[in-house]
Amino acid sequence: MNYTKEQIWKFLAEIPDPEIPVITIEELGVLRDVEIQPEKVIVTITPTYTGCPAMKLFEDEIILALKNKGIENVELKMVYSPAWTTDWMTEKAREKLTQYGIAPPVKGTQDKGVLFSSGSKVVKCPRCNSENTTLKSQFGSTACKALYRCNDCLEPFDYFKCI
Amino acid sequence: MTTKEALINYCLRIGDTSLILGQRMSEWCSNGPVLEEDIAMTNIALDHIGQARTMLTYAGVLEGKGRTEDDFAYKRNEREFYNSLLSERPNGHFGDTVVRNFLQSAYFYHLYTALSSSKDELIAAHAAKSLKEVTYHLRHSAEWIVRLGDGTDESKNKVQTSINEIWEYTGNLFEMNDVDTLLIKEGIAINQTEIKSKWDKTVDEVLERAKLIRPTDAYMQTGSLKGMHSEYLGHLIAEMQFLPRAYPDAKW
Repeated sequence: MNYTKEQIWKFLAEIPDPEIPVITIEELGVLRDVEIQPEKVIVTITPTYTGCPAMKLFEDEIILALKNKGIENVELKMVYSPAWTTDWMTEKAREKLTQYGIAPPVKGTQDKGVLFSSGSKVVKCPRCNSENTTLKSQFGSTACKALYRCNDCLEPFDYFKCI
Repeated sequence: MTTKEALINYCLRIGDTSLILGQRMSEWCSNGPVLEEDIAMTNIALDHIGQARTMLTYAGVLEGKGRTEDDFAYKRNEREFYNSLLSERPNGHFGDTVVRNFLQSAYFYHLYTALSSSKDELIAAHAAKSLKEVTYHLRHSAEWIVRLGDGTDESKNKVQTSINEIWEYTGNLFEMNDVDTLLIKEGIAINQTEIKSKWDKTVDEVLERAKLIRPTDAYMQTGSLKGMHSEYLGHLIAEMQFLPRAYPDAKW
């Protein structure tokens, strides 16, 4: 192997999320580990949601990125534990999401109340920064997002929901 | 029966219920009453299919005969499925779907909470992961039950009828056989009577808030643990399996 683990991690860390290209798989927390073995490289990833269709694209992108560096023998390992959480998302990624027009997850993992949440969580509008926003639906354009509307600028926006 | 055989069956029960409910929910795609709900229901479908993939893949690994998740989903016949009778109920109108999903999600929520500490590593990891997703499903369906139950006379009557008609399929969720006995002893599975008392509490809380009446338990449908299903499963499977059956090993 001509590369170190750190170098390989760096190649992979640059791969953008296919749905939200402003953040990378590293910032998202999907990339978990890189292990170099004599015959192959093992890349460990974890899914955001079990049914996330982007996972297949992540896998293809990882294989392609390493192939471009001359690494042909790659094994992808999918792990489910510890379960992915939005708490892993870096500050930098949160800022980039806001600039992209998606409200980043409000810290604190999942809403605590399972049934009939009080809705006290404040999600800021990524466009006008208003705190006067309304949840329209817990399910948005992708599995990881909820749909909100800003009551001040009246624009709808995506919120990267906490899990 | 060996522990491995029991575990394969246990994975299929969970995985098949996710798969069949996911397929049912996908039938709502482009048919939702409003755009937001169309998106919500297809999102929920996706979560269930994702959860099914993990369990069916694991069943294949345990079996060790090279069967993949697709083999389990597309190449088994009706009598080889172990999904809950509830999950195969047709969508009906929106209220019917909401009620079915609520009863099933409340079950999944308590099942996955308990299985998060299963002695089987993958089951525990799968449960912890899926719990995050079904929490949103449970909240979504519960909020709709309240909105419909405590809504207009028409919505109240309709959703009460949905509950009354589907009730006889809820007993099946908590049935157990020798698979459970063996896996409970190993610390892998959970005693369904424990789930039942928690499920009762959740269902009562939501129905009360929705001003709906919980039906009294009477005759309960049974059979899924032996692969016996209602007539609806065959039709669902026929549609789900058509392409891989007609064009084996098709790729795209």
